[in-house]
Amino acid sequence: MNWFIKTFSRRHNWSIPYLIFLLIFVVLPMLLIVYYAFHDADGNMTLRNFTKFITNAEAANTFVYSIGIALITTLLCILLGYPAAYILSNSELCRSKVMVVLFILPMWINILVRTLATVALFDFLSLPLGEGALIFGMVYNFLPFMIYPIYNTMQKMDHSYIEAAQDLGASPMKVFTKVMVPLSMPGVMSGVMMVFMPTISTFAIAELLTMNNIKLFGTTIQENINNGMWNYGAALSLIMLVIIFATNLFSDEDEANTNNEGGII
Amino acid sequence: MKKFFAQTYLWLLLAMLYAPILIIAIFSFTETKVLGNWTGFSTKLYTSLFSGGVHHSLLTAIENTFIIAIISAAVSTLLGSVAAIGIFNLHHKKKMIMNTLNNIPMLNPDIITGISLFLLFVSLGITQGYTTVVLAHITFCTPYVVLCVMPRLQQMNPNIYEAALDLGATPMQALRKVLIPEIKPGMISGFILAFTLSIDDFAVTIFTIGTEGLETLSTYIYADARKGGLTPELRPLSTIIFATVLLLLIVINIRSARSKKQSNAQ
Amino acid sequence: MKDSNFIIELSHISKRFGDKVVLDDVSLFVKKGEFVTILGPSGCGKTTLLRILAGFGTASEGEIRIAGEQMTDIPPHLRPVNTVFQRYALFPHLNVYDNIAFGLKLKKVKADEIDTRVRRALKMVGMTDYEWRDVNSLSGGQQQRVAIARAIINRPQVLLLDEPLAALDLKMRKDMQMELKQMHKDLGITFVYVTHDQEEALTLSDTIVVMSEGKVQQIGTPIDIYNEPANAFVADFIGESNILNGTMIKDKAVSFLGHEFECVDKGFGENTPVDVVIRPEDIYIMARTDSAMFNGVVQSCIFKGVHYEMTVNTTEGYEIMIQDYNAFEAGQEVSMIIKPSDIHVMKKERLCNTLDGVMVDSTHVEILGASFVCTERDDIESGEKVKVEIPFEKVELMDNKDDGVVEGDVRFILYKGDHYHLTIRTESGDNLYVNTCDIWDDRDIVGIKIQPEDLKITKA
Repeated sequence: MNWFIKTFSRRHNWSIPYLIFLLIFVVLPMLLIVYYAFHDADGNMTLRNFTKFITNAEAANTFVYSIGIALITTLLCILLGYPAAYILSNSELCRSKVMVVLFILPMWINILVRTLATVALFDFLSLPLGEGALIFGMVYNFLPFMIYPIYNTMQKMDHSYIEAAQDLGASPMKVFTKVMVPLSMPGVMSGVMMVFMPTISTFAIAELLTMNNIKLFGTTIQENINNGMWNYGAALSLIMLVIIFATNLFSDEDEANTNNEGGII
Repeated sequence: MKKFFAQTYLWLLLAMLYAPILIIAIFSFTETKVLGNWTGFSTKLYTSLFSGGVHHSLLTAIENTFIIAIISAAVSTLLGSVAAIGIFNLHHKKKMIMNTLNNIPMLNPDIITGISLFLLFVSLGITQGYTTVVLAHITFCTPYVVLCVMPRLQQMNPNIYEAALDLGATPMQALRKVLIPEIKPGMISGFILAFTLSIDDFAVTIFTIGTEGLETLSTYIYADARKGGLTPELRPLSTIIFATVLLLLIVINIRSARSKKQSNAQ
Repeated sequence: MKDSNFIIELSHISKRFGDKVVLDDVSLFVKKGEFVTILGPSGCGKTTLLRILAGFGTASEGEIRIAGEQMTDIPPHLRPVNTVFQRYALFPHLNVYDNIAFGLKLKKVKADEIDTRVRRALKMVGMTDYEWRDVNSLSGGQQQRVAIARAIINRPQVLLLDEPLAALDLKMRKDMQMELKQMHKDLGITFVYVTHDQEEALTLSDTIVVMSEGKVQQIGTPIDIYNEPANAFVADFIGESNILNGTMIKDKAVSFLGHEFECVDKGFGENTPVDVVIRPEDIYIMARTDSAMFNGVVQSCIFKGVHYEMTVNTTEGYEIMIQDYNAFEAGQEVSMIIKPSDIHVMKKERLCNTLDGVMVDSTHVEILGASFVCTERDDIESGEKVKVEIPFEKVELMDNKDDGVVEGDVRFILYKGDHYHLTIRTESGDNLYVNTCDIWDDRDIVGIKIQPEDLKITKA
């Protein structure tokens, strides 16, 4: 008891309970993914889970297709989202802060509800579900996640840079391409992370948007886990983690952190 | 002119973002099976949603969702606030390690968090159900609580805590009378955020909920939609969820706007 | 309880953060009821010393007694001292009344007594009728008054003030200085006041403790410190001064600026190098005349409100600063007189750099954490400990830190009329003193080089 009081009277030791929690519920589970990925169902060390993925045409195809869909979605989100973020952050073009909230609000609605809403829209317009619906649904789902970080970066941007550029004789077009775009790049990067990552990893959305006709990589992983193929599922998860880690390298980590600061909207 | 184009563009995008939800909300007040075919105003879908029949498990699912959300939010807030105070007082290198660990659940895709926890529970031989879902939700909610509390600690004048000691408060009294009132707004925001995240979650829940028949709103919707696409009963349900989230977000925003004003006043 | 004339006794306090020495053997004794100011530039360790007194930090070595009681390991909430913080540190979630009553409520004082004492404290700081105000709505000056009320209401034996006026504007600062002085008189308790503002220190204190680089440089009354600075640092830091190299020829005769002057100091011996300090207002300046002591030409003249500040180049090539009520335009030929009693002679702390080193081999010696080439010494064995002397003017400083054998940064700059005397802190943590005519800025990073023939090595 004395020892207990002594330990916790030092304020920095208050991080210990959480550290233990993180070790059990974050670090250990991640290590388990690695462990399962390199073992077979009987607990023998093996690389078979990975060779199976490479040799199995269907799984590999799904993987490539998923990356393709994720890239298209990300690109469309940048094309649609960047101008929106620019307009929202420009006080001359958009004065109301309510607009910003309206754009960010959908981020907080259950992804299944949003997906069902897309299904409803296609039903309403009597359009067939399929690849088109899938891409529309993805863009619809993740567009706010692109707008928000870009808007955030532009918002925090020191306005005097733009004034300095104007002062030095840059035309509005030049101000945009030479100052605005490079300075907003960190925002675009974290936007890419926030769109690309969930698009590649979702599983239920594709199922609902295509009447289960098109499978994405996430769905494959989920099916394998559900069917008791834990080792293969873990290997696929590990592959996904590597892809995400690779994209993460491109994005500026500090920027991702500052965007999270303060948390909400 | 430029402004006109800009505004039009924004409104078009908003229309795209909100049209689907609006369609669902509007058609939740009519009985038709096919969307686009208005068959007169009716609240029958709402009443049938809550009155037994095929959907008798819906009420249980809602109840489960809320209980899970309240427990996970409460535990996350406690764990996260204590952790934030601890991390804030750590020295450079250890602080960085803790922050990195804290970021993992936020940077990880839901499916990875879900599968990794699933593997943890099956490896330890824990039967999945209520407890595992709550533990999983605490895992991905706590980092956000830490993020909500941390800025309050950083903004705090470090001398305030010392001033309390100087005026005769024991470290525990200083904590209760000065530190906690200071970080309380962050704790409340963290709690609401954790609550919202928990209610909203689907991907992590589905992997940790087990096969004992436990259902939350998300898994209920998923099971239902999977069976028959967008069944009419899902329309009022989606509308209610949308309205609830809207309400919660308005509350959070008013709170954060107020606290911003306060800190600006300082 | 031990009988003692002193309310605060700090004996041999040292504080180290890792390798960094923040306080180096500081001893300080404060009499009951005194107003003591700890004065020094930022980073001199004055705030650390105050925090050790309050109990927020612990000393690595040394002993603290307050009112005769051993306090070294007593936590802050059990010490009979209260602190006024630089940034007020009012509790933002409490109003003025609850902030002030905080300490009394913890002591479970009765509500009606709290009430009378809070009102009395508010009256004392001139804030009557403010008790229900939100502290965030108060101005900086008002917040500081509340912070003072919050501290004195607990009737501490010692009130610690950590640059309490630093965040206020000039006008407010002047008003508060007067009020603090009055409050000290009324309360009759001991004040320990930390500041970097020498004017504030001179105005407020009974006793000033001048600190630099973690060491006490001088302790004395404001008048002592101003008129009889103990060393060049104090002379430079307190007020403006001309600090010059001189030679004590014999008792009551000193030569500097290329002339011999009569002075009042004695006991330095004959032909001893000394530092000479002359306050700029103590040099009498007049149009060129043959009856004066030395001559010069005015370089610049700036109006400073009450007086003019002039830079004069003497005929012998020194630059001195003079303050006078009369203006002499730039370019004008002038003559100067200094009274013997205005010449302050100080013993030089050192005449050259003396470092401990180790012989690496017959042509290399290790000092300042690096190996320097020296002239060949066959009489000293490798690995033997040696003393190395380097004259101030023989240390070469390089712009590019990589051009030197070791690097260091400029810590203290003293203008000596015709050259600068710099204190360089090397990577190894040693101080190296350098005379140079080149201009360097505070905290400049420099490379350090020394010619082999300038290292004078003797066996330790």
